[in-house]
Amino acid sequence: MTTTISAERATSASPAAAGPRRRGPSLERRRQRVGWLFVTPFLVIFALFLVFPLVYAFGMSLFTSTLATGTQFTGIANYVKAFTDPLFLEGLLRVAAYALVMIPIQLIVALAAALVLDTLATKLSQLSRLLIFAPYAIPVVIGALMWSFLYSPRFGPAGTLFDVVGLSTPEFLAADTIFGSLVNIVTWQWSGYYMVVIYAALRSIDPSVYEAARIDGANGWQTALRIKVPMISSSMVMVITFALIGTLQFFTEPTVLRNIAQGAIDAAYTPNMYAYALAFSYSQFNYASTIAFSLGVLVFAGSYLFLFLTRKQSGLK
Amino acid sequence: MKSKLLAASGVVAVAAAALTGCSTGASEEACTNKIVNADATQVSVWAWYPAFEEVVDLFNENHDDVQICWTNAGQGNDEYTKFSTALESGSGAPDVIMLESEVLSSFSIRDGLVDLTEYGADEVKDDYTEGAWKDVSSGDAVYAIPVDGGPMGMLYRKDILDRYGIPVPTTWDEFAAAAQALKDAGAPGVLADFPTNGRAYNQALFAQAGSVPFEYDSAEPTDIAIDVNDDGSKRVLAYWDDLVKKGLVATDDAFTADYNTKLVDGSYAIYVAAAWGPGYLSGLADADSDAVWQAAPVPQWDPADPVQINWGGSTFAVTSQAKDKEAAATVAKEVFGTEEAWKIGIEEAALFPLWKPILESDYFRDLEYPFFGGQQINKDVFLEAAAGYTGFTFSPFQNYAYDQLTEQLYAMVQGEKSSDQALDDLQASLEQYATEQGFTLQ
Repeated sequence: MTTTISAERATSASPAAAGPRRRGPSLERRRQRVGWLFVTPFLVIFALFLVFPLVYAFGMSLFTSTLATGTQFTGIANYVKAFTDPLFLEGLLRVAAYALVMIPIQLIVALAAALVLDTLATKLSQLSRLLIFAPYAIPVVIGALMWSFLYSPRFGPAGTLFDVVGLSTPEFLAADTIFGSLVNIVTWQWSGYYMVVIYAALRSIDPSVYEAARIDGANGWQTALRIKVPMISSSMVMVITFALIGTLQFFTEPTVLRNIAQGAIDAAYTPNMYAYALAFSYSQFNYASTIAFSLGVLVFAGSYLFLFLTRKQSGLK
Repeated sequence: MKSKLLAASGVVAVAAAALTGCSTGASEEACTNKIVNADATQVSVWAWYPAFEEVVDLFNENHDDVQICWTNAGQGNDEYTKFSTALESGSGAPDVIMLESEVLSSFSIRDGLVDLTEYGADEVKDDYTEGAWKDVSSGDAVYAIPVDGGPMGMLYRKDILDRYGIPVPTTWDEFAAAAQALKDAGAPGVLADFPTNGRAYNQALFAQAGSVPFEYDSAEPTDIAIDVNDDGSKRVLAYWDDLVKKGLVATDDAFTADYNTKLVDGSYAIYVAAAWGPGYLSGLADADSDAVWQAAPVPQWDPADPVQINWGGSTFAVTSQAKDKEAAATVAKEVFGTEEAWKIGIEEAALFPLWKPILESDYFRDLEYPFFGGQQINKDVFLEAAAGYTGFTFSPFQNYAYDQLTEQLYAMVQGEKSSDQALDDLQASLEQYATEQGFTLQ
């Protein structure tokens, strides 16, 4: 009994090596058919909600519709326009700057918190874990709204705090401070989530590795930096990929803050916001599709490039 | 910010799906109100007036042939976004929609609105003031029926001005002097706010000095004249820039929580406001129990030649997707066409009527407002402002124009640009945009 099953397993696992057999191929085909049946619901949804909209959006982006002259087929003219459009390019540069500043900060905060929590095994560490994670559980819009109140010169606690020491309250929502204010919100919101991912990876390391390190004379710092961090590098790559995609798609926080700081955050602050404004404020659906599609391609290329460059660390190779 | 678990392309797809405006059959939507006469033609209406349900009920009770099916699709831009998407997708728009007069051109140029001249707009024309009718017309076409308006006046804190011995300003020169006097007296607040995101408010201030930013007629839809940097606008902006530089006025963004608080806690002694301003103010939590509000006419540049201005105002338009345009036009014309409907609008929604039978009635003229200590603000201020208003032409890309205006004004108050430079840059950016959009500049 056991032998037949394992034999079947073996043939199905390596069909190429199975060689000519009487009933093999038809069984194989029947299995494949059943397999497709299981995949079909996913494929239908995939085609309906991913492939079709993508094709549709791309189709839209090949037309140009102006207010005064109607719609015309213009081929790639919109793409030429997008990649020479200062508003789109400035938005791209801005999210790139955010990525450069924000991702390392989030990563360091998350990694530090995870490493500290990993060495503690008290009730307090469970509570701390929950508290650090809590901001992620708050919907992004609510979080951004909450911070917009904290930043407010009128309602925020900053006014009171700075009054106590006799300094004037900094404006968190002015043109030259809004960058830091947004970085702060995003870090607050997402570090806890990344911390949980990294923490889970740390917990999956076999404790005997630490044992060995201790015997070899490694101290806490050395264990953390030379053992733990390299061993969770694939999780770190995943976290950075999430953060990269998220940052390039930057939308919700600046959109919420724009309600109270319209001067500091213009309608094209990030490419996503630009696409939104084009479509829903300026009725330029075709050009909005172009911007959205271009951004999608750039995000895809960026994340692919990153995964390619880190394929060794992530274990994808 | 992030759609974590979606692959990059997935996010694009979501955006794309939003852009294509999934048109699920919104035609048979549920009404917020009850239909009295089930056999009659139903007209779907989007409107966000407070207390509108009573107006709808009133209409339905009085009409056997037509019934309103009302939905609140959000206020201002929320509703416009839905309407815009419905136009793009070809279905999902209501039959009749409440629009502010400033966006009528933006939708008529996309063939989203029906020209009501074919549906008896002329029958009701005489019921409205000249300025109100001009706001809904473009050349010979009429794209909506006016409902309420925003003739401008000046609401001031009598207690604050009295405390510092400052007379109520009647001209902008006196206004500047009052701002200086208030500061010199060491008052904790300022005289007023100059919001860089004031949009229609700032536009109205410019218009008072003779600015005619746009000339546009839907009969010649590809022609537009843009003149946002004329002498009048430059003079007005230089005036406010000077007050800002001297720290005599605040530059808080309008309609934020901070701004709302400062309006009622005495941080601003004066609120240059439209006729709906008192309703807006009284809707805010009252922070200052000493507040004594009074209304006065808006300050003038030349008291010998006063110019009245308008900020905001709403209308009812018939959309191009209306199934029964005749019935829809009936609703647009008649929903606020009775005294009973208007009493609800005035007393419960603080609307300022543009419908002459009520606008010119003794009832409205003599109405006493408890918020102003019983002052008859219509008689004192707003009726004259409404009568003197001669109308305004908005551009067919008003949202873009406003966004650009906000950016330029912000650059100015940040000290990056002079007021003249800000307006010249605004002119250049609007000209470029209009050209890109296929318009011929006149």
